[in-house]
Amino acid sequence: MATSIQNISLSGKKKQVSNKEMTFWERLYLVAIIKGLLITIKHFFRKKATIHYPEQVREFSPVYRGKHTLKRDEQGRENCTACGLCALTCPAEAITMKAAERKKGEEHLYREEKYAEIYEINMLRCIFCGLCEEACPKDAIYLTISKELVPAQYDREDFIYGKDKLVMPLEVAMANTQKLN
Amino acid sequence: MDSALIIEKSIFIVVVFAVTMLMAMYSTWAERKVAAFLQDRVGPNRAGWGGLLQPLADGLKLFAKEEFEPNTPNKFLFFVGPGIAMATALITSAVIPWGDKLELFGRTIQLQATDIDVSILYVFGVVSVGVYGIMIGGWASNNKFSLMGAVRAASQMVSYEVAMGLSIIALLMMSGSLSLHDITVQQHGMNWNIWYQPVGFLIFLICAFAETNRTPFDLAECESELIGGYHTEYSSMKMGFYLFAEYANMFISSTLISVLYFGGYNYPGMDWVGTNWGTNAATLLGIGALFAKICFFIFFYMWVRWTIPRFRYDQLMNLGWKILIPLSIINIMITGVCILAFK
Repeated sequence: MATSIQNISLSGKKKQVSNKEMTFWERLYLVAIIKGLLITIKHFFRKKATIHYPEQVREFSPVYRGKHTLKRDEQGRENCTACGLCALTCPAEAITMKAAERKKGEEHLYREEKYAEIYEINMLRCIFCGLCEEACPKDAIYLTISKELVPAQYDREDFIYGKDKLVMPLEVAMANTQKLN
Repeated sequence: MDSALIIEKSIFIVVVFAVTMLMAMYSTWAERKVAAFLQDRVGPNRAGWGGLLQPLADGLKLFAKEEFEPNTPNKFLFFVGPGIAMATALITSAVIPWGDKLELFGRTIQLQATDIDVSILYVFGVVSVGVYGIMIGGWASNNKFSLMGAVRAASQMVSYEVAMGLSIIALLMMSGSLSLHDITVQQHGMNWNIWYQPVGFLIFLICAFAETNRTPFDLAECESELIGGYHTEYSSMKMGFYLFAEYANMFISSTLISVLYFGGYNYPGMDWVGTNWGTNAATLLGIGALFAKICFFIFFYMWVRWTIPRFRYDQLMNLGWKILIPLSIINIMITGVCILAFK
């Protein structure tokens, strides 16, 4: 028989609907219930899909945008020069900062002559779009390298992340430098 | 009546009460766990090992919640509703034989609060009073949805009680006694009633689902239509009482199914255990057997809940009046013929 267009099943799941009378056993409904019970009990012993979040973390994709990091260069100095382009480009207006001038003797801390004295991101406002990352001329802010989520908190104040939470820890910067050499 | 008997019975009643409460508490935990496992999840696992302290946390939460009262003219009835639901759920356990005799301190203790010779009638009486808890609560809430849930619950329970009673009659014709103790003793070893009354068991099981307002017959509190049914307006521990009563009812009905059709505390090889290890060991194993059966049926309640979708109201009434009642009458007739022919 020539296969008409109605009989083709690309997924292999197509089922012909029939309006035939149900048999006695089908009408009893009990067989169907037992079949259903067997299906559900199979799921009881199946491996669970849950990832136990705080203890177990799902692997991030290389481009996943999570918590921001303010980067240090290979000598451990902060890249950020507080130009404010990230704050300007931020569509959610989540970033604020206050610039300060680098004093003598602070050359090992800050790369440029101007640096961010205060740098705050309100994580409740942030939409993790990554525009700050794109706008940054100094290669300072990244959402992809921390590989962390912003965890839940009880107070709104706790979502305002300052430099203490954002700047890349020195140990990480040192490890990165060692990897380069 | 000597004072030792009174003390003995009091202690036993307190133990049964505590066990019922404990089972109801952990049924809530088991419900969530079973629901999760059947849906490929893991369920509560933060409070205690495997979430075992979850019921305590839930109870504490319910106690600490604000107690909201709707502006109802029936403040008293609003207050009484959950009480009735809870009380009726708890007093059914008085006539259930939890085990055989236990020999302690030179006394023979019958593990049954009271062995009245109309136990089944008593159970049915108490169960029908249970409707009042829901009805009064729904009525006094002064809320359309509550009232609708209450009316549904009442009509559902009344119509399924008929089929339930008729299915029990076939069993009573065989046992010749209304006492749950006698019925259990007659099912010695593996001589369980389920082998003789499979259809009666099926009817009783379906009716038990309807009586306890469990899915697929949970029309009284179906969330998708009635928000929460009769307990929509309840909060805090009053709400907790309703939920608790539901789980206590589930425990008691599982017990009744086990006692009536699955031999209660009887288990195969109980005579051998009795002669070789002593009466007490046999009795304790019997209690274990009864609780294993109860736990299975509680699990079955939850298993069915996540398998079968809710009935429509007309389907429910059709099933009750047009199928189960005629079926149970036919069952009675066949049982009568068989008794005449084989005894």
